[in-house]
Amino acid sequence: MLRIPCPHCGARDEAEFSYRGDATVTRPGADGDIAAFHDYLYTRTNPRGWQVEWWQHAAGCRAFLKVLRHTVTHEIRAVVTATGTLEVPPA
Amino acid sequence: MAGYSGFRILLEGLRGNSGWREAWRKPDPKPSYDVIIVGGGGHGLATAFYLAEVHGIRNVAVLERGLIGQGNTGRNTTIVRSNYLLPENNNFYEHSLKLWERLEQSLGYNVMMSQRGVLNLFHNDAQRNAAMRRGNSMRLNGIDAEILDREGVKAMCPLVDLDNGRYPVMGGLLQRRGGTARHDAVAWGFAHAADARGVDIIEHCEVTGMILEGGAIQGVRTTRGEIRAPKVGLAVAGHTSTLTAMAGFRVPIETHLLQAFVSEGLKPLIDCVVTFGAGHFYISQSDKGGLVFGGGLDGYPSYGQRGTLPEAEHVYAAGVSMIPALGRLRGLRSWAGVMDMTPDGSPYICRTPVRGLYMTAGWCYGGFKATPASGWCHAWTIAKDEPHSLNAAFTLDRFREGRMLDERGNGPHFWAQ
Repeated sequence: MLRIPCPHCGARDEAEFSYRGDATVTRPGADGDIAAFHDYLYTRTNPRGWQVEWWQHAAGCRAFLKVLRHTVTHEIRAVVTATGTLEVPPA
Repeated sequence: MAGYSGFRILLEGLRGNSGWREAWRKPDPKPSYDVIIVGGGGHGLATAFYLAEVHGIRNVAVLERGLIGQGNTGRNTTIVRSNYLLPENNNFYEHSLKLWERLEQSLGYNVMMSQRGVLNLFHNDAQRNAAMRRGNSMRLNGIDAEILDREGVKAMCPLVDLDNGRYPVMGGLLQRRGGTARHDAVAWGFAHAADARGVDIIEHCEVTGMILEGGAIQGVRTTRGEIRAPKVGLAVAGHTSTLTAMAGFRVPIETHLLQAFVSEGLKPLIDCVVTFGAGHFYISQSDKGGLVFGGGLDGYPSYGQRGTLPEAEHVYAAGVSMIPALGRLRGLRSWAGVMDMTPDGSPYICRTPVRGLYMTAGWCYGGFKATPASGWCHAWTIAKDEPHSLNAAFTLDRFREGRMLDERGNGPHFWAQ
């Protein structure tokens, strides 16, 4: 069971949240070519280790949050609001 | 090496079972091979078997970081079927089902293939229409499909709660040729048959790097030293991204968890595979008597091979909704596998941006039934350096080219396939 510390609502059960994808991908500008949009939509680093990802607190404040989570241990080390930044530790 | 047969069992019974030998050798790696397959699960072993059997390429190594068949091959719900909608998918899976139907004869090994029927329930008009459409698509491609009405469902699986208050059953799409096979025996059978044809199966040999020269693969670095080969095939479900990162490119894959469950053993209760249309749930009964069942993804990326409780609760709840009699049962064990999830739910069997490097990957949660055809097509692609028509659509480039194979039409979300 994951417990995600929402900055607005406090620590809550994972069942209240929806995973919404890798938060490190950014949408290319309007002048982006097909390769840039292809990478944005489809290609993923898919790290075995720390990943910054979007979770929406769907059954709470409904905010999109950035979560630093380990994809092997499932440890959640930090959660910030959507405009915040997270440092990714090595491995 | 002697094969397995009823006569052999009788003979060994008379001489105290003293004549059995290991089912495959435990060779040390040679410095080089014609082809290296990374991953000793069903798909990797099947690739090696078909390379030797169909293409005559026998100087092959299968590298496995642990023991063979201990990854997703041993972590699935053993269902075999070809009831797909899109022609690219249903032709491929039908080829797989045909290979399954004669797999025991091909391998000389009992994989306990049981064509007990796969029944997908539907609960409303829209689901019935979708089931009809899928059934028609199958029949147009020469695959067996039948629509059962409520009486038909009741006759086939009397325990299903047809009059569920929230999700009454309208009928079901049945593929009688679908069924189950013994997952461990599939790995052992392919290993045994590949080994007998000269393939080296090297366990406890983890790949730690790729040897690349001039944009082409030349071999791999492993925990047991460098092994060189002009062609390398990846069959490493769940860890494809990790291996392609070693080769310097990224792929459209996210690794997700899928759990499966087994109940305590029972007398025969469910003699087919049944899936629930109102929640993600599928169930069958193993030959040992345990009910084997599973549901959807946990919903977030993980390499952890263990799931969490919310999805387990959903699976149990869906099971009890479909078959209330399950409410009296105790769960015996559960486990999770890690899946290569792709943006459209369809796999990759293809060449890669690195010359000489091939992959069978992105099996989402449908990898087990694909095992023979995945190996067959992967072997073809490696041997000829071009895809067979059956896997020509399963490329890494299809998203760029606008040729997605979105069987479920969910859009490019890895966790929604």
